[in-house]
Amino acid sequence: MNVKTKLGLGILSFFTVIGVIGDWIAPYDPSAMSDDLLSPPSGAHWFGTTMTGQDIFSQVLVGTRGVMVVGLVCGVLATVLSIVVGVTAGFLGGAADEALSALSNVFLVIPALPLIIIVASMLPSADTVLIAAVISLTAWAWGARVLRAQTLSLRRRDFVEAARASGERTWRIIVFEVLPNLMAVIASGFVGTVIFAVMLQITLSFVGVVSLSTWNWGTILFWAQSNQALGQGAWWWFVPAGLCIALLGTALALINFGIDEYANPRLRKVRA
Amino acid sequence: MTFLLRRASFYLITLWAAITANFLLPRLLPGDPVQAMITKLGGRLNSDAMASLYILFGLDEKKSIWEQYVDYWGALLRGDLGLSFTFFPTPVADVLSQSLPWTLGLIGVTTIIAFLLGTLIGVYAGWKRGSWMDTLIPVTTFLSSIPYFWLGLIVISVFSVTFPLLPASGGYAAGLVPEWSGEFVGSVLEHAVLPGITIVVSSVAGWILGMRNMMVTVTAEDYVLVARAKGLSEKRIMFAYAARNAVLPSISGFALSLGFIVGGALLVEMVFSYPGLGYVLFQGIGAKDYPLMQGVFLVITLAVLVANLLADVGYLLLDPRTRREG
Repeated sequence: MNVKTKLGLGILSFFTVIGVIGDWIAPYDPSAMSDDLLSPPSGAHWFGTTMTGQDIFSQVLVGTRGVMVVGLVCGVLATVLSIVVGVTAGFLGGAADEALSALSNVFLVIPALPLIIIVASMLPSADTVLIAAVISLTAWAWGARVLRAQTLSLRRRDFVEAARASGERTWRIIVFEVLPNLMAVIASGFVGTVIFAVMLQITLSFVGVVSLSTWNWGTILFWAQSNQALGQGAWWWFVPAGLCIALLGTALALINFGIDEYANPRLRKVRA
Repeated sequence: MTFLLRRASFYLITLWAAITANFLLPRLLPGDPVQAMITKLGGRLNSDAMASLYILFGLDEKKSIWEQYVDYWGALLRGDLGLSFTFFPTPVADVLSQSLPWTLGLIGVTTIIAFLLGTLIGVYAGWKRGSWMDTLIPVTTFLSSIPYFWLGLIVISVFSVTFPLLPASGGYAAGLVPEWSGEFVGSVLEHAVLPGITIVVSSVAGWILGMRNMMVTVTAEDYVLVARAKGLSEKRIMFAYAARNAVLPSISGFALSLGFIVGGALLVEMVFSYPGLGYVLFQGIGAKDYPLMQGVFLVITLAVLVANLLADVGYLLLDPRTRREG
């Protein structure tokens, strides 16, 4: 493991811990109003306060959980979907492959954001878990495509042929012979999906189609934007949440580089 | 030509899937927001407009789903997307045709700039591996992890609020009339600078990283070694041998990333109140204007598919293997 990967894992664990304990260590109730209206960062309010005197530091801490939950739920759901579709298509070949590949390409080409905005705004209550499920339905296609390509290259290898010749069942070959060789691809697909899901959830919250009753980093930005934080020069209202998003995204990308370098030795650092 | 024909038929299938999803969504999801809208607008709708909303949103329950589907296609082919509730009583098709050119101009130009710039930087970064160019990687990773709209907010707060250099919202200065005059065009360009820079900076990183990694992989190929052994110039090997092969995945990836980039760019339009489809979509969300939102979705999908077809033509020109099979 190189420095970049360790750094990525470190940041990710930091946010995971905040996601778990954020509710308890938040100094204030994130929705409670106070008399310190729109005050810049200070000892009492580390990230300043909003127009109605809510503590932004507490909002960021409490909001971390929503972000991490959506990332994790989408990551798992979409990865499972992509394995089912991608490995099946690559391993079976023929008409099943054609149909499944066309399906994942259709999902890749259609712009996901406007579609999800429509679905989310038609749902009567768009809470965190429901949004995670909807995002997963659009997030699996990329992983499926990569897995299919990788499976195609594996299915005629000698060890697979040997398993077939010894009369193993198809599902057993897929689970015990093919899947272990796809772990690096699956892992990087998982991390990529988490990035995609987190970004999409924050975007949806920012646009205002997700229920605003639970806090996440996107809802903070939504309130900042709808109260004209920019025009009033209240930079502290939208800078912390955005930096957290960028940090989390960078951490996940760094982890993905680590996985890529592990799978593709040519990308590793050249030693002088 | 079979390559293009196959791609074109795939895009037709995708278009059909998008239109059918648009047809099914309001019918599958619970609640009846459009009915509520119609009740609220009551007497202000004439019977033609009512009829088209009934067709588009499946409120006519006496008909079978199949008949509804046929009617729906009929309405689409006539260019009838219903009436917008936000810009009542303007038809959705009119709202979209006014905002589409702004989006095509802004997103089209910035995407091409970002692709060319990112690919070029990626070529150098991959070729000069191990030099200072490697420090670009963490920087671009960080930039690509920033949501487009947040970068837009930062850009506005720095270049419009703190240092009022450029306008923060709109497509042209208030009080000007759209026409082919120097003043108007200048104003349009001035207003496009900040949103344009935002989109380029957020989307360029992906191209740099993808191109760099492909260059690194390609540089180790035997044909590059042979080219070196022949004593060809560095520039020739870099562009005509390595880059030309390395760029192929970027171009086929172009098709697949476009949907994502367009999504981000629509958000930039919202932040900058740029008069394109993104801002229209934003206004539609606020008012729960389903005919407008669905219209935006269809038009964006159509635009993305056309752009994809163009990328495929580019691929055809660069990769002789796709030409030979036909």
